[in-house]
Amino acid sequence: MQDFTLLNQPDVWELWLSFWRFEDINALWVLMGSLLLGMGAAVIGSFAFLRKRSLIGDALAHAALPGVMTAFLLFHSRDPWIMFSGALASSFIGFFIIDWLPKHTKIKPDAALAITLSFFFALGLMLLSYIQGLEVENKSGLDKILFGQAAAMTQDDIRLLAYVTVFILLVVTLFFHKFRLIAFNRLYAQSLGINIAFYELVLALLIVMAVVVGLQLVGVVLMAAVLLTPMAAARLWSDNLKTILLIAGLLGALSALISTQISYLAPAMPTGPWMVVSLAILFVASLLFAPQKGLLQRAWQQRRLRHKVAEENLLRTLYKLCERGDFHTRSFSLAEIQALRAMPVSRLQIHLQRLAKNGLVSHCPQGWCLTDAGFEQASLLTRRHRLWESYLNERADLTPEQIHLQAERIEHILTDEQSRQIEAELSSTQTDPHGQPIPAATAKSGDAR
Amino acid sequence: MKNTPLSPAPVAVRNLNMRYHHKPVLTDVSFEIPAGKTVAIVGPNGAGKSTLLKGMMGLLPLMEGEVRFFGEPLAQKRLVTAYVPQREEVDWDFPIDVMDVVLMGRHGQLRLWQRPSREDIAIAEQALKDLHMWEFRDRQISQLSGGQQQRVFLARALAQQASLYLMDEPFAGVDVATEKAIIELFKQLKAQGKTIVCVHHDLNTVGEYFDWILFVNARLVAAGPVKEVLTQENLHKTYGGRLSLLNELTEAMYRSRLNQAHEHD
Repeated sequence: MQDFTLLNQPDVWELWLSFWRFEDINALWVLMGSLLLGMGAAVIGSFAFLRKRSLIGDALAHAALPGVMTAFLLFHSRDPWIMFSGALASSFIGFFIIDWLPKHTKIKPDAALAITLSFFFALGLMLLSYIQGLEVENKSGLDKILFGQAAAMTQDDIRLLAYVTVFILLVVTLFFHKFRLIAFNRLYAQSLGINIAFYELVLALLIVMAVVVGLQLVGVVLMAAVLLTPMAAARLWSDNLKTILLIAGLLGALSALISTQISYLAPAMPTGPWMVVSLAILFVASLLFAPQKGLLQRAWQQRRLRHKVAEENLLRTLYKLCERGDFHTRSFSLAEIQALRAMPVSRLQIHLQRLAKNGLVSHCPQGWCLTDAGFEQASLLTRRHRLWESYLNERADLTPEQIHLQAERIEHILTDEQSRQIEAELSSTQTDPHGQPIPAATAKSGDAR
Repeated sequence: MKNTPLSPAPVAVRNLNMRYHHKPVLTDVSFEIPAGKTVAIVGPNGAGKSTLLKGMMGLLPLMEGEVRFFGEPLAQKRLVTAYVPQREEVDWDFPIDVMDVVLMGRHGQLRLWQRPSREDIAIAEQALKDLHMWEFRDRQISQLSGGQQQRVFLARALAQQASLYLMDEPFAGVDVATEKAIIELFKQLKAQGKTIVCVHHDLNTVGEYFDWILFVNARLVAAGPVKEVLTQENLHKTYGGRLSLLNELTEAMYRSRLNQAHEHD
């Protein structure tokens, strides 16, 4: 808390500037390291996500804790390679237990995961409190691996992190096709004679490595989010796995950038939670703004569809009015239109104006009048509606009301080709089941009879 | 150990036993399939048809028994054996397009990091054309209909350029166009002397689409050319009784581990 009040002084801005002038070489190192980690974890986490084994990263991160503590107890050192080896070993033990339990007992995979995760975490916490009671050097900062602390990292830590993440990215690039094949269709890959066990082991090793080097930056508790959230967000932006991995990597790097800066400006702030929060914000942004799959885009499309349907219905109403007047007039007052299609005058006006903008109707002394293009469009829609009604009447056992309701919906999506298909299958295309004439395909003349 | 004729059968299964925990799924199944035939594996739900196929391909463990492909173990004959899994086995929302799925058929030939070559791509393209899926090559698989998904799977197997095709219910839930495409594919493959083994569920079409039938219900009921084995009696034996006594006793044997005790005698 006191660190934080200190930094509330006006020199935060100064500090930030000095960060970007790269005056503090250590800060630059931390930045590079976390960018790499953000990318590496996102890419390898994507495969766990695709294989629907998302929680494995969480379990492995928790399983690393007792390893780190044991390594410290044995060597009384916080050398990164020693910590790394300890964490790697205990994560792997955790991985094999998670793998072994469901195969050889009646325990299901999710339960095996939960049991292993909590057991290893508890063991790690026990060792941690034991160490904190000991009179040894270097023990301060060991508890930082729970939530991660970028500022506490040494250059050696970061060098190791960089090696490991570059290794991860290289291996994924190399084995991309095989990893994708196994993630998509494991049984088939096996039938091809591909050594599944080998690739799965490599995949597990990469995940364990990403988790273990990420501990100091992100922490045991939150590592899973760094593995999975980038993929969950990137999946919304593309359908191509290579592009998705690229986007996931970028999002991971972006969150690393944000969180390490906050950690630099306010050293009391743990990096992990900030990384996860910024990832969550990126995810929400993707959910809202992504093309095609984004919520805003979908709402917009829905709105456009509603407009289209309303306008097409209006055109059909105008056609019916023409029909009533035996096609002598194409001009009608608002009251006449409203009598056939009930909707508030204001909405009716809006829709008519939109149709006018597309040149389908125009103003005239009596009110509104169908243009030639509008009449053609209107007869086409009426034709589709009545063709579909006739088709349903012949082919399905429905009441006239049901048929009408169905046709109201189908008329908006029926294509020319489909209408021709229906026409070919129908015995008569003269009148619909209600006895109304079906307008001809080339609705040029006003006289449909 | 067995006499090897000049051209060994594409598939020879001897004394195959499979189980799920202690439940026997298949017991003492033995058959040989002649080359250049279309063979249907027919039987009621839960009879072990898919399990038989998976056991032959080494995808599920065998309790006992031996499967030979062209006279040799599967490991030696991988490249000439193609497996088409059931459509439901994969997540069709997976971010991948049709061409990349078909190219997977070439991965049996590619080492570790190797990427498909131009030749592999040409083979995959031809497979897509053969199944009338060429215009869908850039489509996301999530946008395909059920029949189109099935054709993608068949194209992938075709891209393996195998001599023996093992297919799990290729006709299940497909449209007329796909059914025609599959029949056409069968004719092509047969003309090249290739062998096709399919799990099939439709008794109405089995006589029309296939040359041979294996009737399976926890054991092999009958095997042979359609004309000989598609009889009322075999149908009754396959679909009628549930073979409860056989299954009960086999399960009791597995539980008591009698089969293992015998081997050590």
